[in-house]
Amino acid sequence: MNPDILRNLSLAIILLPLVGSLIAGFFGKQIGRRGAHWVTIIPVGVSFFLSVYLCKLVVLDNMTFNGAIYTWATSGVFSFDVGFMIDRLSALMMMVVTFVSFLVHIYTVGYMEGDSGYQRFFSYISLFTFAMLMLVSANNFLQLYFGWEGVGLVSYLLIGFWYKKESANQGSLKAFLVNRVGDFGFILGIAAVLTYFGTVDYSSVFNQAPALAAANTMVHIMPGVNWSAITVICLLLFIGAMGKSAQMPLHVWLPESMEGPTPISALIHAATMVTAGVYMVSRMSPLFELSATALSFVLIIGSTTALFTGILALVQNDIKRVVAYSTLSQLGYMIAALGASAYSAGMFHLFTHACFKALLFLAAGSVIIGMHHEQDMRKMGNLWKYMPITYITFLVGALALCAIPPFSGFYSKDTIIDAIHVATIPGAKYAYICVLLGSFVTALYTFRAFFMTFHTKERMDDHIRKSIHESKAVVLIPLIILAIPSILIGLLFAGPMLFDQNSLLGDTVFVAPQYDTLGQIAHDFHGAWAMAIHSVVTLPFWLAVSGIIAAWVCYIAVPGLPAWAARRFALLHRIMVNKYGFDEFNNWFFVRGGRKLATWLFQVGDVKILDDFMVNGSGRVIAWLSATTRKLQSGYLYHYALAMVLGVLIFLGWYLIR
Amino acid sequence: MPLSAYLIVSSILFGIAVAGMVINRKNLILLLMCIELMLLAVNTNFIAFSHFLGNLQGQIFVFFILTVAAAEAAIGLAILMVFFRNKHTISVQEMNSLKG
Repeated sequence: MNPDILRNLSLAIILLPLVGSLIAGFFGKQIGRRGAHWVTIIPVGVSFFLSVYLCKLVVLDNMTFNGAIYTWATSGVFSFDVGFMIDRLSALMMMVVTFVSFLVHIYTVGYMEGDSGYQRFFSYISLFTFAMLMLVSANNFLQLYFGWEGVGLVSYLLIGFWYKKESANQGSLKAFLVNRVGDFGFILGIAAVLTYFGTVDYSSVFNQAPALAAANTMVHIMPGVNWSAITVICLLLFIGAMGKSAQMPLHVWLPESMEGPTPISALIHAATMVTAGVYMVSRMSPLFELSATALSFVLIIGSTTALFTGILALVQNDIKRVVAYSTLSQLGYMIAALGASAYSAGMFHLFTHACFKALLFLAAGSVIIGMHHEQDMRKMGNLWKYMPITYITFLVGALALCAIPPFSGFYSKDTIIDAIHVATIPGAKYAYICVLLGSFVTALYTFRAFFMTFHTKERMDDHIRKSIHESKAVVLIPLIILAIPSILIGLLFAGPMLFDQNSLLGDTVFVAPQYDTLGQIAHDFHGAWAMAIHSVVTLPFWLAVSGIIAAWVCYIAVPGLPAWAARRFALLHRIMVNKYGFDEFNNWFFVRGGRKLATWLFQVGDVKILDDFMVNGSGRVIAWLSATTRKLQSGYLYHYALAMVLGVLIFLGWYLIR
Repeated sequence: MPLSAYLIVSSILFGIAVAGMVINRKNLILLLMCIELMLLAVNTNFIAFSHFLGNLQGQIFVFFILTVAAAEAAIGLAILMVFFRNKHTISVQEMNSLKG
C-alpha cells in the first residue's frame, strides 16, 4: 500500500477539527447554533473514523510513519519541523482522543442548550481536539510543546468559559498559572535536550540517549552538586508532566477547573488533556529508562498523588469535585505505573480511565442538568428513581473506577498495583502501600458520591423535585456508548495491551530489562477471565470491596457516622477540608510573597530607580547642564571677544610650552 | 631700529585694541575704532617684516587691508545707523539680545 497514506490520513485527522473550529469560531453568527454544532461534530466524527482506520493500519498492518511535513523554522544548524510520528502509541492515543472528543461534542448539544456562548464553545472544543492531536502526533519536542501549550490555552479559555462568574475566572487563572510552573520545567527540559543532543527530533534523540547515559555526562547545578545529564533532562520534562497531569504539588488547579462546563471537565480535565503528561513520559520511555533516579521520583510523586488526593475526595460535597479528585488520584496511578516502568499498564489505565472517567463526568453532568445546575450532593438523593439510565451508567463508571472485576478499570489498575509490587527501584515499597490504600479510598469516595446522589433520602427542594427528569437522548447516547467500553475494553484488551509478546504498543515503549516489571507478572497471567477470577483472593480486590461496604455503612446503614467521625477527628477533618493547606501555602507564599516582591520591585525598582533615577534623573541632569552652560551665552559682544582672545592666548601658550 | 621695536609697537597697538573692545561698555563706535586699530597693528607688522625681509609683497598686502578696512568701516557704520534707528541707543551693554 502507498506509504503516504499514513501521512495523509493523519493530516486529515488533525486538520479537520481545526477547520471546524475556525468556521464555528469566526462565522458563528452566520451559521447559527445548529450550523455551529454540525460544522464541528461532523469533522470530529470523520476524524474519529479515520483514526480508527489509521489504528487498524498501524496495529494490524504494522505500518509506521515518521517524517517531517513542513519546516517550521531554521536557526543556525537547528531546524524545527512540523512532523508526525505515527506508531502504535500515537495511533491508539489519537483514537482515544477523537473518540472521547466526538462523544463530548454530541453531549454538548444537550448540555449547553440555551447557553449564549454555544458557537464559541464548539469552536473551543474543536480547537482543543486539534491541539491535543498535534501533541500526540508530534515527532519532535517543539511540536509537542506547541500542542502542550495549545491544550493549556484552550483549557484556560474553557475553564473561564462562563466569564461572568468570578470563581470561573479565578479557576482559569489558577490553572493557567500553575501550568506555567510546569511548562517552565518542560521548556527547560527541551532546552537541555537541544543542548545535549543538538536536535529535538524524537528518533535521533532516542538513538543518541544511550551514548549520553554511557558517557555519564554531568550537569553542574550548584557548586558541589553534579547531576547526570539524562536525569536532569528527565526530571525537567517530568516537571512539565506534573503540571499538565496535575501531580502533587502542582495538582491544585484541577479541582478549580471544575468551574468550567461539565463537557469540558469530561473531555479536557479527565479523559485527554490531563493525560498528556502520562503520554509524554511513555513517549520518552527511552530516556526515562536510563535514569533510575528519575524513575524513582516519578514513582514516588505518582503514588503520593494517588493516595493523598483520593483522601481529599472524601470530604468534597460538589459532585464534580469528587470526580475531579478521583481524576487526580487515577492520574497518580498512571504516573506511578510509569515510574515502575509499566508503561503499557499506565497507558492502558489512561485508555480505560478515559472511558470510565468521561462516563462518570458526563453522568454527573446529566445529574446536574436534571437538578437544574445544582452540584451539591447534599441537596440530591434518591435520584435513581428519576434518572434510571444515568443511574446505571454512573454505576458502571463507579465500578470501573473502583477496579471491580471484570470492569475495565480492574485490569489496568490491578496490573499497576502488581507492577509496583514487584518493582525494585527505591521508593517502590512506599509506593505499593500508597496505591494499595488508594484502592480502598477510591472505592470509599466513589460510592459515597454514588449513594449520596442516587440513594438515601431526597433532600432537594420541592419545586426542583417536581421537575427532575431523565436527560434527553443526545445526552444519554454518549453515556451508553461510553459505558460499553468501560465494561469491555479491559476484558478484550488486557492481554494484548499488557502481556502479549507482541503487545498493542509494540516496541514504541522501551523498557530496560532490569526494570521489566510487566514481564515479571506476565508469567502469572492466564487470560483476562482467569485474572478476574483470581482477583478474589488478592488484597486490592478486598480493599476495594471493603471501601464500597464502608461507604454503604457510612451513608446508608448508619448515616450519622460521617458527621460523628468529623467531630471525633476534628483536626484530621479540618486538614482534609483545607486540602492539606496547599492552597493556603500557595496563597501565603506565592501570592502574598509575590505581591510583596512585586510591591518592592515597583517601589524600589520602578519608582525609585527607573522613574526617578533614570528617567527623571537624566532630565534633571540635562536641565542642570543647560542652565549652567547658558550662562556662558551672555549675549554681550565683548564676552565673546574676550573668549576669542583668551582662546587665542591659550592656544598660543600651549604652542609655546609644547 | 631693530625689527623687535616695530613688533612691540604693533603688539601694544593690538593689545590696546583688544582691551578697548573688552573694557568698553558704552559705545559701539569705539568698537569699530578698536577693530580698525587691530588692523593697523597688523599692517604695521606687515610693513616691518616687508622692510626687513626686502620683500615688497607685504607692503602691497597692506593696501588691500586698508581697502578692506575702509569698506568694513563703511558697512559697520551703516549697521550702526540702522541699529540706532531701531533701538535708540548705541550702548554695547544693551546689545544682548543673543543671550541664551
